[in-house]
Amino acid sequence: MKEAEFGASGIETRRPLSPHLQIYRPTLTMMMSIAHRITGAALYFGTLLLAWFLIAVSTGGGAYDVAAYCLNSIAGKLILFGFTWALFHHLLGGIRHAIWDTGHGLEHPQREWLTRAGLVGGIGLTVTVWTIAYLVH
Amino acid sequence: MVEFALPKNSRVGTGKTWPNHGDSRSQTEFRIYRWNPDDNQNPRVDTYFVDRSDCGPMVLDALIWIKTKIDPALTFRRSCREGICGSCAMNIDGTNTLACTHHMDGVKGAVKIYPLPHLPVIKDLVPDLSVFYAQHASIEPWLQTRSPPPEKEWLQTPQDRLKLDGLYECILCACCSTSCPSYWWNGDRYLGPAVLLQAYRWLIDSRDEATGERLDNVEDPFRLYRCHTIMNCAKACPKGLNPAKAIAEIKNMHIARQI
Repeated sequence: MKEAEFGASGIETRRPLSPHLQIYRPTLTMMMSIAHRITGAALYFGTLLLAWFLIAVSTGGGAYDVAAYCLNSIAGKLILFGFTWALFHHLLGGIRHAIWDTGHGLEHPQREWLTRAGLVGGIGLTVTVWTIAYLVH
Repeated sequence: MVEFALPKNSRVGTGKTWPNHGDSRSQTEFRIYRWNPDDNQNPRVDTYFVDRSDCGPMVLDALIWIKTKIDPALTFRRSCREGICGSCAMNIDGTNTLACTHHMDGVKGAVKIYPLPHLPVIKDLVPDLSVFYAQHASIEPWLQTRSPPPEKEWLQTPQDRLKLDGLYECILCACCSTSCPSYWWNGDRYLGPAVLLQAYRWLIDSRDEATGERLDNVEDPFRLYRCHTIMNCAKACPKGLNPAKAIAEIKNMHIARQI
């Protein structure tokens, strides 16, 4: 069997495509799947940020001052907060997918509980980490 | 391929509001997708008002009422009117389901009806399902055996027969497959939840002897592994089946045979 064997036959190319994303009512699991993709992509940029910070630390001096200044600004802190959330959100999403891969938790309502736990847990862990950071600071 | 926007010829315009003659207190508003292959225009959404004192409770009752009383050109598939044939599968109030088993009172506000998502439209609410059927044929959905045939039928223990529950009930209405974003973007290569549930139905049938070939056939980054557990399939299925679980079980069979 060749790929794209099931593609359009070309008999009726004039036929419109029925609406999809435009009309489908969002479900939590669907939105969380999209969020998993977005946070996964965001983590690439977060990793670059982390690399920049580590290079600045090892270089020291002026490079460190610049990095510390940027990351301590309000915008920098917001980005770091977002990075923390993306990390936890994606981590819990990964755990959820690992559970589903074993064939467990796929029934209603377990799948909804798992998904909600990922959403709430990601936010909760982010706030916890930042609260600890500020308390220790 | 991922394309979020609709092609130019598929963008939906505002259609006409059909005259409403009855008592407005007993009316339900319907907004229905229309496309006519003969008039060279884009799809549109028409508005109708259904007199509830004269019409049954289900969305299919309303569609038949509209076709009989207002607009004989309104086109849709229907047959059994009791959720066993799968013909009247469509998108109602944002979710794929069967018009015949869906109460219109369960919908808040106007009842919005579209054809099953991301399919070529033949007319109005009738989509072209030929790719879907070709995919179903590709998994060879029949009993395959090598042993000499028994004198009577192929026997199965009650326990083995139980494994088919939750699978054999599928009516191939395509509600699940066309609810799946992964199937929207890769429907030419990903088999989709309905066909994979059928594939699993034959994989775990104790009488079938083509298990290895069946597993080979779906062991492919697209055919099976485009499932990202988005779960719209399991939520849409009007028969309460769980294609996502069947797909996970196939993946586990792939792992199990390597150990």
